[in-house]
Amino acid sequence: MEKTAKILKKPITSTIIAIVCGFAVAAIVLAVAGYNPGSAFGALFSGIFSRPKYISNVIIKATPITLTALSVAFAYKVGLFNIGAEGQYIVGAVAANIVGYLCNFPPVIEIPLVILAGMVAGALWGGIVGLLKAKFGIHEVLTSIMLNWIAFYFSNLVVNSAAFHQPNSTAAYPVNASSYTMLLPNWKTSDAGMAAMSGTKWLREVMLKTDVNFGFLIAIAAAVFIWMLLYRSRKGYELRAVGLNHDAAEFAGIPVNKNIVITMLIAGALAGLAAALAITGTNPHRISTLSAFENNGFNGLSVAFIAGSSPIGCIFAGLLFGGLLYGGQSIQANIGAPSEIINIMIGTIVFFVALTAVVPKLAVRLEKRGMRNAK
Amino acid sequence: MKKMRKLLAVVLAGAMAASMSACGGTGTASSSAANSTAGSSAAASTEGSSAATSTTGTNAKNFKIRMVTDTGGVNDQSFNQSSWEGLQNLKKSIGADVNYVESKQESDYATNLDKAADDDAKLIWGIGFAMAESIGKAAKANPDIAYAIVDNGYDAKTMPKNVTGVMFRAQEPSFVVGYIAGKTTKTGKVGFVGGIKSNIIDQFEYGYKAGVDYAAKELKKKITVDAQYAESFSDAAKGKAIANSMFSSGCDIVFHAAGGVGVGVIQAAKDAGKYAIGVDRDQAYLAPKNVLTSALKLVHAAVEDVSKKAIAGKSIGGQTFTYGLTEDAVGIPTEHKLMGDATYNAALKVEEQIKSGKIVPPANKDDYAKFGK
Repeated sequence: MEKTAKILKKPITSTIIAIVCGFAVAAIVLAVAGYNPGSAFGALFSGIFSRPKYISNVIIKATPITLTALSVAFAYKVGLFNIGAEGQYIVGAVAANIVGYLCNFPPVIEIPLVILAGMVAGALWGGIVGLLKAKFGIHEVLTSIMLNWIAFYFSNLVVNSAAFHQPNSTAAYPVNASSYTMLLPNWKTSDAGMAAMSGTKWLREVMLKTDVNFGFLIAIAAAVFIWMLLYRSRKGYELRAVGLNHDAAEFAGIPVNKNIVITMLIAGALAGLAAALAITGTNPHRISTLSAFENNGFNGLSVAFIAGSSPIGCIFAGLLFGGLLYGGQSIQANIGAPSEIINIMIGTIVFFVALTAVVPKLAVRLEKRGMRNAK
Repeated sequence: MKKMRKLLAVVLAGAMAASMSACGGTGTASSSAANSTAGSSAAASTEGSSAATSTTGTNAKNFKIRMVTDTGGVNDQSFNQSSWEGLQNLKKSIGADVNYVESKQESDYATNLDKAADDDAKLIWGIGFAMAESIGKAAKANPDIAYAIVDNGYDAKTMPKNVTGVMFRAQEPSFVVGYIAGKTTKTGKVGFVGGIKSNIIDQFEYGYKAGVDYAAKELKKKITVDAQYAESFSDAAKGKAIANSMFSSGCDIVFHAAGGVGVGVIQAAKDAGKYAIGVDRDQAYLAPKNVLTSALKLVHAAVEDVSKKAIAGKSIGGQTFTYGLTEDAVGIPTEHKLMGDATYNAALKVEEQIKSGKIVPPANKDDYAKFGK
């Protein structure tokens, strides 16, 4: 009994329960809609794992949402709810696209420059929210939702402006090839590259048919960096103190307002980094007219939530989410079930994660019962 | 902290709801009138190939056709939906194996096309000119598969030989509705709302303008056209605002070629008690008393036709199929109570003249300038 209680108290347990419940509900929905849940999940998993290039695509899909999730999770640890990751992502993408299109330096300069542009723009967008919260106490949820829409229309303004609009398309001009962060972008299509890869089919598939890039490695590095910052540095101690109780933190002499601004700057930079890596690392290397939010930031919210706002957890939750998004299309393509099913499944998982506050309570009750029985 | 968590849950639920409704679509009940005209026209236009399909009828069942939507999704009330209807008709009529993959972002095009190729598809459709680049690349990587793209011509420079372009002479129905607008207007002023400027939308704008001019010449009066762009294909509020300002400045008929923006245009016409002209499909269902007519562009008829050619084993690659009035893939709906019989019959005469080549509606600014002379 005590053992069960101990397992139930671990945060990972409730997350796994939530995921299992999500799949269970999706199975019921599929069955009601007249599709065989078994073959649907079979299609989902074969759509993720059956070929090396699918795994590569999942990782590519997971990269931006892992970083936006990190942005949300980091701010959450400091007691801020960064629903503005979406807007920070959009301005990051705009800045990266503009700089990558206008500048054309050798890759060693160009790539850091483009990525920095995305991060600075995102940080600026997040910083505005932090500043308004710190100076005037305006709630960050309000300001960041508004800034999301401003970013949305700003992006469309840039895409449709004479300077950046690519004629006869719905998009801006792409960035220069010198800013590409794919794995060996030139070599892989050259004759030498083709010859070297001709022997190994999986390598050729992964290299040529997917935009395999360095983004996910950077995302992992960023997650480790944020974890170190939060748990292995003096600054992190301050930030977490602000998150736990900012009156107490202020009383202890921690500059709360300054830390709020710093947090939002970093959170914004992470979302901007996500966007810059998407622009440099994946086709079509440009922004296009948005008719609705692309949900890179909003999906980050769900991922951060599934990860229990743990920086390292974001990596795994991001992969799970990327897998569901990418593999979910196979459910549609293979058995004809609408892709909305996968959205229901994701929604259910997040819903059950929100309910997992129940699980530790259950554990406490189990413990009590155990003690009563012992007597 | 507890409060935070509650807030988080609420806001998150809101965000999920917003993001989901953004990708969701509405019912498909709307296609009635457009479909019925299309049904007959498709039958007519494919009569030639029906002999071929009957001999290869056994092949059709194994013939895999996959379609990749653009970011509009499969329920976009526009060309994605129409293309999918075309493929579904094929499934019903000859049992072809059809399915689709939806793209959520522009970066999905390449991976979705790749996925369609993994399915051993023999013919892959890409819907919309935004996919031209991705289609070209995918076709190069899979030379054994036939690719076809809607609203984009075959370009020998960027595309290999296994790509087929499908274009529409949208200037033709636009000319006809322009003619109807010119005949119907009482104020001598009509409007045009475009989505985002491109060669495709130019066909609508200049075809329409030429049609209005043609009517003005016939009636021996001056009719002006006010053309504006919404810089969007989805912002219905902007469409409404532009149409409102057009109506208050004296226009009494507004034609739109702007996708979702047009819903706002039609709404504005309904509020002001004026006329709007629909596009792509018969949009009368949006406001039966205010949608004068629609410039039909029956994508599904073209998708069916080209797919049947491919199934019959004809070589379709390396060329552009263009669909217009003669192929019965564009036109106006037969319902015409708002304009009356006289105008409708006159419009049908104009259609005949376009079919016989007596009138060649302009598709761009240069041709339009020449057309006036």
